[in-house]
Amino acid sequence: MRRRRKVNIGIYIACVILGILSIMPFWIMIVNATRSTFQIQQNAISLIPSTFLADNLKVLAGKTFNPLTGFFNSVIISTSATALSVYFSTLTAYALVAYDWKMRQPFFTLILAVMMIPTQVISIGFYQFMYRVGMTNNLLALILPAIAAPMTVFFMRQYMLPSLSLDIVASARIDGAGEFRTFNSIVLPIMKPAMATQAIFTYVTSWNNLFLPMVLLTKKENYTMPIMVSLLKGDIYKTEYGAVYLALTLSVLPLFVVYFLLSKYIIAGVALGSVKE
Amino acid sequence: MPRSQIQLKRKGVSYAKYGYLFSLPFVIVFIIFMLYPTVFTAVIGFTDFKGVVATSFNFLEKPFENFIGTLNNKTFRASLVNTIVIWVMNFIPQISLALLLTAWFTNRSRKIRGQGAFKVLFYLPNIITAATVAILYSVIFGYPVGPINDILQSLHLISKPFDFSTSPLAAKFVVAFIQFWQWYGYTTIILISGVLGINPELFEAAEIDGASPSQTFFQITLPCMRTILIFTLITSLIGGLNMFDIPKLYIWNGGPANTTMTTSVFIYAQAFSGTYLYNRAAAASMIMFMIIAVLSAITFYLMRDRSEIRAKRAMKRIEKLRKGAEA
Repeated sequence: MRRRRKVNIGIYIACVILGILSIMPFWIMIVNATRSTFQIQQNAISLIPSTFLADNLKVLAGKTFNPLTGFFNSVIISTSATALSVYFSTLTAYALVAYDWKMRQPFFTLILAVMMIPTQVISIGFYQFMYRVGMTNNLLALILPAIAAPMTVFFMRQYMLPSLSLDIVASARIDGAGEFRTFNSIVLPIMKPAMATQAIFTYVTSWNNLFLPMVLLTKKENYTMPIMVSLLKGDIYKTEYGAVYLALTLSVLPLFVVYFLLSKYIIAGVALGSVKE
Repeated sequence: MPRSQIQLKRKGVSYAKYGYLFSLPFVIVFIIFMLYPTVFTAVIGFTDFKGVVATSFNFLEKPFENFIGTLNNKTFRASLVNTIVIWVMNFIPQISLALLLTAWFTNRSRKIRGQGAFKVLFYLPNIITAATVAILYSVIFGYPVGPINDILQSLHLISKPFDFSTSPLAAKFVVAFIQFWQWYGYTTIILISGVLGINPELFEAAEIDGASPSQTFFQITLPCMRTILIFTLITSLIGGLNMFDIPKLYIWNGGPANTTMTTSVFIYAQAFSGTYLYNRAAAASMIMFMIIAVLSAITFYLMRDRSEIRAKRAMKRIEKLRKGAEA
């Protein structure tokens, strides 16, 4: 018994160290955002915030990094993409679960087959296609593809199979409700928990996406948050440590808020995603 | 779905058309934004399409020239090797730590508390924008001034600042570490939920038979998780083959000696920064596409009727344990 307790203490210590490892880089980032470049050069690590937040903000305001533009573009893209992806994936899953049609099985097989293909490997064709139709600096090029999200359809189907009773659908039919109305007023409410989970992950993935936006968006006013962040690698920031830390902090602040508000659901969602059956 | 069929027949109306109708938006968008770009990428791979203002292209006389050229390209080969080396350097510690944490957290006799809070902390880095994480780490591992150099110097482990971006091994190590740091929490949660999905009767049977926690872990938990482990391995490998944000931004464009150049960074550099060799980039993309297609075919095969296979296997194990107990 005593040995087990000792081992347990070891486990707790290991877990606390890993926890600190998770937070430490962000802590350094937030604290250094409030310190002057000179202070950081003297001593790169401090646990105590300083008073240079406003000065760092001033330095940042004179440069290309524009957190507000990045924020708004990212919000527009992520919100629209999430709404479209969740709605249409549920609709597609409904087509797979509730109706008996000839192509149903082949269609589901197709979804499984393309589920893992990342958009990155088809980016050359995608870019050239968008270039030809004049959509390279159009945010729609990053929003519309969300309607076809094989992974989300798969997840929605797996959730819908056991939780949607087709008797309810049948009784709605007897009451004279149209198929599309049945979906919107009966099926969607039942799918709410699954939709919420998928919405969080779609939102975060879309928000964090760097490759495609970087390929498609060339005008500064269209830059998303991750592209803004990538600008910090440039030479004009070489010596402005305080400002760089502040810019990084601003870029992840919304994510931190969302994460700590929804962490319970997010963790549960990750676990759920793995039990895909 | 026999139930729905019965209903359909009873009503005497066919609802099949709604199946087509409701999946139509998906199919249309899929064809326009996924299928067409895929075919287009493949086609470009067989052409002479390059240059920033080029809009027309011709098919090459030797159709596979771009593919052969890419496969013989030293930078492409190096980037493929880098991608795999960095992935291995991240995956082995990641899966080991995740398994260890899973063993600790699911051990029924230890009852580790605060698991929820630990999971929230371990998963945190995964949700943060990879671009931000890459730049943050490049400042943290900064040279000559940076937190890590500060710590190492004050501990007297090094006498003067160490440049983590010019040493090939150190640069790869940092990129692999960032990947590990971002993903071990995710893998741990997946594995724990995998263990929780195992039939509890198996564990009870093992307990009755007097199996030790480590015996239970190695002889029941691990074998039952084989599919989920392979799934984790393949999805991680596919993700690793697409690694872009961290290697691209930690050291700009893969570093001075291309030490952290991955295949995605290579493709990006070929097509979009300076050279505009769309045909070569397309050929490299299709090579990656083929590799990923094979890997996802394996996952696809594994996921087919996974629950059924798992249920069968669980029954067999229980049967075996019973026989063992009787003997």
